[in-house]
Amino acid sequence: MIPFDFDYYKPASVQKAVEWFQILHLQGKNPMYFSGGTEMITWARRNSIQPGAVLDLKAIPECNVMDFKKDSLVIGSCVTLSALSATNLFPLLSETAQGAADQTARNKITLGGNICGQIYYREAVLPLLLANSRMVIAGLKGMKEVSIHDVFFQQIRLEKEEFLVQIVIDRGYLSLPYVHYKKRQIGNVGYPLVTVAALKKDNQIRTAYSGVCAFPFRSFEIEQALNDPLLPLAVKIEQAIGKLPAPILTNAEGTASYREFVLKQTMAEAVNVLEGR
Amino acid sequence: MPSYDTALYPMEFHVNGERRTIRVRAADTLLYILRDNLGLTGSKSGCDNGDCGTCTILVNGLPQKSCLMLGVEAFGQHITTIEGLVNSPVQEAFVQKQAFQCGYCTPGFIMNCHGLLNVHPDANEETIRVWLESNICRCMSYEEIHKAVKAVFTGSRKS
Repeated sequence: MIPFDFDYYKPASVQKAVEWFQILHLQGKNPMYFSGGTEMITWARRNSIQPGAVLDLKAIPECNVMDFKKDSLVIGSCVTLSALSATNLFPLLSETAQGAADQTARNKITLGGNICGQIYYREAVLPLLLANSRMVIAGLKGMKEVSIHDVFFQQIRLEKEEFLVQIVIDRGYLSLPYVHYKKRQIGNVGYPLVTVAALKKDNQIRTAYSGVCAFPFRSFEIEQALNDPLLPLAVKIEQAIGKLPAPILTNAEGTASYREFVLKQTMAEAVNVLEGR
Repeated sequence: MPSYDTALYPMEFHVNGERRTIRVRAADTLLYILRDNLGLTGSKSGCDNGDCGTCTILVNGLPQKSCLMLGVEAFGQHITTIEGLVNSPVQEAFVQKQAFQCGYCTPGFIMNCHGLLNVHPDANEETIRVWLESNICRCMSYEEIHKAVKAVFTGSRKS
């Protein structure tokens, strides 16, 4: 049970959501945007967060689209992970989304919620980093479309009153060769030791990782090492490991040394498969 | 911007085919509204954290964990709890295959499997496996539960 009260609002437009957020903020209500809400409910139940108001974004039409617009796939931030997997418009994203939580939870968890969450893993962002996606963000100055690399660095970086409305992916990325591996300590449900998403574009392998460090990331330095045609695979991987952006994570899922072992094997699998395609 | 002069929110939704109008605290999860406000105690409180699945209900036919849903989110939705299932082939299969021991997880498993039957009436082995991963049985009745669900989809409940 959540041990404190908050106000609940369900704006029906992007503009209203931002306006209401601003009013609630000025009233000192510490408002939070709310999409699937699974993480927010969990933190609130533990009393780790205490919003005085939540703004549920699910009634905003733009947040619920999943369609092609010209040469881009547009996905609303409130589309659930299970809906993403079921429609399978971007197979790498479908497969990555299918790896998060379990089927029933994925009926509630949304793409925007997964990307903007506080939990380390946020795996749905990996394919979006690889596809150089664009993020449509709403704020006080209206809507803007920016590269994911400008707003996602270890975590989403938005102004307090901003929220993620849509993700835009160029059609050309949707059918590229890809691999996705989620390695867990045990079983088929749970957080990863290592998740690797990779795709091949213009003969170059792109890779993104979750579970390795305390945040999901794509590293151009790692990609440079893995795509060096002059190096044998074992050396490529050693060089790639040397370019990790932060220390390898140790937690209940596994130690850093075990994760590193699993990561090396998984990188090798990914490169081997994609080099042949 | 709507304003409320009370901490309780007026809410209207359909529960097991019946229209219900109640006032709820925004911070209450649907699980506690079903149990405490409506007396529908078939949905159980287990982990309260979205892990165990014993609180599973159907929202517009899709299984969801009611401990991970605010009650106010259910406004205008069609909710089905274990009390609302009548002559479900899933319930019959669970009885036939003795797919329970203590029974605490059973409502959640049945609601999830009923949802699977709604969404994928021709579910294959892999789909059944993926969907069943949403629920935990501490008594380890997984083998019998799997047989019961398989029986629903293969039509061999009484064999």
